[in-house]
Amino acid sequence: MEFQQKSLLNYCIALGDDSLTLGHRLSEWCRNGPFLEEDLALTNVSLDFIGRARLFYSYAAEVEGQGRSEDDLAYLRDCREYRNFLINELPIGDFAFTMARQLMVDAYDMVFFAGLAQSKDPMLAAIAAKAIKESRYHLRRSEDWIKRLGDGTEESHERVQNAFNQLWGYAAEMFEMADDEQQLVDAGIAVNRSELKPDWTSTVHSVLKEATLDIPADDWAIGGGREGEHTEHLGFLLAELQFLQRTYPGQQW
Amino acid sequence: MNRQSLPLFEIFIRSKRGLDHRHVGSLHAEDPAQAMDYARDVYLRRSEGVSIWVVRSSDITASQESDVESFLDPMDDKPYRHATHYKLPKEVDNM
Repeated sequence: MEFQQKSLLNYCIALGDDSLTLGHRLSEWCRNGPFLEEDLALTNVSLDFIGRARLFYSYAAEVEGQGRSEDDLAYLRDCREYRNFLINELPIGDFAFTMARQLMVDAYDMVFFAGLAQSKDPMLAAIAAKAIKESRYHLRRSEDWIKRLGDGTEESHERVQNAFNQLWGYAAEMFEMADDEQQLVDAGIAVNRSELKPDWTSTVHSVLKEATLDIPADDWAIGGGREGEHTEHLGFLLAELQFLQRTYPGQQW
Repeated sequence: MNRQSLPLFEIFIRSKRGLDHRHVGSLHAEDPAQAMDYARDVYLRRSEGVSIWVVRSSDITASQESDVESFLDPMDDKPYRHATHYKLPKEVDNM
C-alpha cells in the first residue's frame, strides 16, 4: 500500500472512531435521559454519530481493499488500534458533563466538517456535507443546554462549570496534527486542524460567556488518541460494544 | 429536573406545502424554543413535515364536554345550513 493510501485509511478510521465512541457514549443515555423528550433527542444525536461512523468505516474498508468490512473495523480492533480523540471516549458523567462535552465536540465538528466538505476526495466531501447539517442541529442543542444550565440554578451552574473544568484540556489534541496527516492536507484531501482553533474558541467562549460560566485556564492538556494512546475508559467501552462479535464471531442480526 | 414542572405544548405539523397544519400530539418543554427542538426529535425524524407550530397547551381555550348538546348540536333539522347541496368542481378536493 502506498504511503498516501495508508494515510487516507488511517484518516478515515480515525474519523470513524471519533464518531463511534461518542455515538456509543450518547447511546448510554437511552432510557436514562432526564425526561422522555430529551431521552429521544439524545438518542437521535447518538444515531447521527453512529451513522457517520458507518460512512467513514465503509469508505476506509474500500480504501484498504483487503476485504475487511465496516463491522470488522468497529468490532474487531483493540484499544491501541482505535484513533479517536480522548474526549469522545470519556464516560457520560452527569447530564451537564454530557452536554459540556457535546458543546466542545459540536463546535469542533462545525469548523472541521466545513473544511472537509471542500476536500478533493469526493467521498470525504460528501460525508462532510451530510455531517455538517447534523452538527448544526447538534450545536444548536448543546448551546441551548449550556446556556440553560449555566444560567440556571446554583447547582446546575456548578455542575456545568465543573464539567468544563474537567474537559478543557482534552480540547488540545483536536488541533494537533497527526504525523501522516500533513501529507493529506498538502494533497487537498484533509483539513489542517491546527488552523481551526480560533473559530472553535470564539464559538465556545461566546456560549460560555452567555451562560455566565468562567472560561477554564489553558494550563493542562492531554492527548494521544490519534496515536492509539487512550484513557482507561476506552477498554470498558469497547468491551461492551464488541462483546457480541467477540463471543459469537460473524453473528448477524 | 422535575418533569411535572415543565409546561405542556401542543404540536402541529404541516406535512406538505399547501395543506393545513395538523395536530400530531403534545410534549413537555421548558419554553417554546425548546418545544420546537423536541417536536423535531419526537415527531419529525422521518421527514413527515415541512413546518412546525408549537402552542402552549394552556393557551388553548377548549369547548367543554358538558356543553356539547347545546353548543355543538349540528341542528340536523335545518338542512339549509349545510353546504351539501352544491355540486363541486372536481378540482376542489378538500372542502
